Amino acid sequence: MTLPETTQLAGRRRARANGWAGNALRFLVIIVTTYLGLLAVTFFIGRVIPIDPVLAILGDRAPTHVVERTRELLGFNKPLYQQFYIYVRDALTGNFGTSVLTTNPVMADIRRVFPATLELATLGTIIGSLIGVPLGVLAAVKRGSIADQIVRVIGLVGYSVPIFWLALLSLLLFYARLKWVAFPGRIDIVYEYSFTPVTGLYLIDSAWQGQWDVFRDVFRHIILPAGLLGYFSLAYISRMTRSFMLNELAQEYIVAARAKGLSESRIIWVHALRNAAVPLVTVIALSYAGLLEGSVLTETVFAWPGLGLYITNSLQNADMNAVLGGTIVIGSVFIAINILSDLLYRTLDPRTRAR
Amino acid sequence: MMMHSLNKHARMLTAGAALSLLLMAGAPAFAETPADTLVEGWAIDDIITMDPGEAFELSTAEVTANTYSYLVRLDLNDTSKVVGDLAESWTVSDDGLTYTFKLKPGLKFASGNPVTAEDVAYSFERVVKLDKSPAFILTQFGLTGDNVTEKAKAADETTFVFTVDKAYAPSFVLNCLTATVGSVVDKKVVLEHVKAVTPSEEYKYDNDFGNEWLKTGYAGSGAFTMREWRANEVVVMERNDNYYGEKAPLARVIYRHMKESSGQRLALEAGDIDVARNLEPGDFDAVAKNGDLKTTSAPKGTLYYFSLNQKNQNLAKPEVAEAFKYLVDYDAIGSTLIKGIGEIHQTFLPKGVLGELDENPYKLDVAKAKELLAKAGLADGFSVTMDVRNTQPITGIAESIQQTLAQANIKMEIIPGDGKQTLTKYRARTHDIYIGQWGQDYFDPNSNAETFTVNPDNSDEGKVKTLAWRNAWDVPKEWTEQSKAALLEKDAAKRAEMYKDLQKKVLANSPFVIIFQQTEVAGYRGNLKGFKLGPSFDTNYVFNVSKE
Repeated sequence: MTLPETTQLAGRRRARANGWAGNALRFLVIIVTTYLGLLAVTFFIGRVIPIDPVLAILGDRAPTHVVERTRELLGFNKPLYQQFYIYVRDALTGNFGTSVLTTNPVMADIRRVFPATLELATLGTIIGSLIGVPLGVLAAVKRGSIADQIVRVIGLVGYSVPIFWLALLSLLLFYARLKWVAFPGRIDIVYEYSFTPVTGLYLIDSAWQGQWDVFRDVFRHIILPAGLLGYFSLAYISRMTRSFMLNELAQEYIVAARAKGLSESRIIWVHALRNAAVPLVTVIALSYAGLLEGSVLTETVFAWPGLGLYITNSLQNADMNAVLGGTIVIGSVFIAINILSDLLYRTLDPRTRAR
Repeated sequence: MMMHSLNKHARMLTAGAALSLLLMAGAPAFAETPADTLVEGWAIDDIITMDPGEAFELSTAEVTANTYSYLVRLDLNDTSKVVGDLAESWTVSDDGLTYTFKLKPGLKFASGNPVTAEDVAYSFERVVKLDKSPAFILTQFGLTGDNVTEKAKAADETTFVFTVDKAYAPSFVLNCLTATVGSVVDKKVVLEHVKAVTPSEEYKYDNDFGNEWLKTGYAGSGAFTMREWRANEVVVMERNDNYYGEKAPLARVIYRHMKESSGQRLALEAGDIDVARNLEPGDFDAVAKNGDLKTTSAPKGTLYYFSLNQKNQNLAKPEVAEAFKYLVDYDAIGSTLIKGIGEIHQTFLPKGVLGELDENPYKLDVAKAKELLAKAGLADGFSVTMDVRNTQPITGIAESIQQTLAQANIKMEIIPGDGKQTLTKYRARTHDIYIGQWGQDYFDPNSNAETFTVNPDNSDEGKVKTLAWRNAWDVPKEWTEQSKAALLEKDAAKRAEMYKDLQKKVLANSPFVIIFQQTEVAGYRGNLKGFKLGPSFDTNYVFNVSKE
């Protein structure tokens, strides 16, 4: 028996709607469990480390009665599960507590430090992709040539050299010897009090306000750490691009395109790269997410007041509120980037849209 | 064709690189800080609050000393004495209980408000009622939340009267008032920023005395004002034009948080900072050899020591404790690990404090130590652990001690840890040997005498958790008595003698092996004038510094 066409269509629509709802629900469950897991692990690790959090707050010289009072005020004498419950309850209302170290609410701190990391990671990823993708394509096209070998060595060095070492060396060279770049930090103190950031992304803010001298100063501060991060993502991106491209270039449609008499550059840059772009987006997104996490070592060497440095400092001071807040932000970044790359996927590859 | 397209990309890359160079070019080849600004590179990650009633950290002590005024300050020419700051003069009553301070006329806060005895009284009141970490420096004189408004009060506009509960040595009382906690805050300004609090069992008052605001705020009358503090980033101070004394030559002083010695050295050489404050021996040497730079140093009241937990049966034997004192290579440590940043010092009062004793009788003497160990029945040695924080020179010293102990068959295992981790263990009395530093709480001999010689209750529940308690050392009762008696000795010379005697006893017979006293060093640019480090952490003044 055949159903009337309209019924068939409606049924398909309903199925798709159900699919959407199911997807959204699954998605929600994943997000909630991810967050809870993140919170629980960080929270309990924070409580079992052999460091007295009250000591972190008061320092070594506080008298006994002050220590006891503080312990009570902060609820550290309550059972662990109760402390966790209170924390999650507060977190749900957007209250992540106060940082011991900076005395600010944790979220206010993160709003301040995250743009620094965002700016650095974005510039790093842009540099990494702009150079890494063409290098990877070059290596794939000229497979086995000297160019391929050079790209491989560049990638290998990027993979295997510790970043702090490279950072220190480049500081010695570009800052101390050549004086091309500025001193570690985000901005010169001369400008610190004449420049009011709006978004927290200094390059954009200074350009927006037309303060070109500030822009130049910020650029001189950011270029070296961003370049280094760019180099490290370049190493990864170029290798992945190479293998994706090799895969595409071996496909039959390439042969067909050649037979059709298309120019080689059109075949490589338009046809092959377009198809390699789909998995490449995931690679770039993941490396971007990795940088957004805050590259601890780079931020330390360059005194970059970003998320990585913030979380490290907090960890060293047993400032668990700040560490937990930072962890949640990182979790959110990962989830957001995953969603974003998923959406990009759909735009780039029509086949995923149909499914 | 393909090459052509790659070239196109190469061209874009070259263009980008050229643009980058363009942006970087035109920068001065030699960076220099502004002529009216002093920039110090300094590890300021210990700062957790700027409220002088709460702060107990070394970096904060320095900032507060430059931005607030006290009743009295240490006399830089003779640190066993004090000089008036806000106070023009003071008298002590015959019974030794009442201190009357007369304020200088016409004093003003940075806000423009006049400085009155009311402000002094309020500053005392908030410290005592807030009862934060450093409050004991004032409450040890018998002040409580209930009596502070009576015991510390304004008799009139310029007369402040302070009543203590015992006839203490006046030097003790006055020395305590030079501590950060003695800073005088602007009552009017603070009152504008108090936050309402619901009284509870732990905290009986209905407001926070401006504590939350003062954590990052400022209400003082010092040579500089504190404009901004961002944790782990920067402290900015600006000249206070309402300051009663000579105005500071520099308009602005910036402390930039920099953790690494090598980074500070680079920045100092490049001229991005004027002063480097955390130079390690190697970098300090390099700075000293650089013709554009200068160095300075001053002994500070911080001692580095290791101590033996008396709960450990081997370590509890007096011969073992003495043997350890002979098993430290003081000469080698002094000439390498702490060269320039410390000097060998074996007694518990640092140089510069009233009653200091400059005696360093112990030398590395393995034979003597072996003899003592044999006497304790431990000729074959024993195994023991030491909790060591991961920082120089502590790690280096611990390794040196490990080697010298091995010569007497003592096998010492180093347990490395983060500073807070080793401290947590130390305070719980679960260590064998702890190595670390001890800084005075305030610039008076009692601070160290108390912690090294007072332990009224050696049980785990003991409330007075001095260093003696942390090492489970049951201090002889007479020593504790002597320490307390020195507190009441009016004659400063006699008081000094009592501390000297006490130090000799602790030196000869205690679980503390004191190794050296810290010397603070700094490297600075040659164009600075008047840059000096003071004898204590709260006397590193910058209001005399100028630039050529």
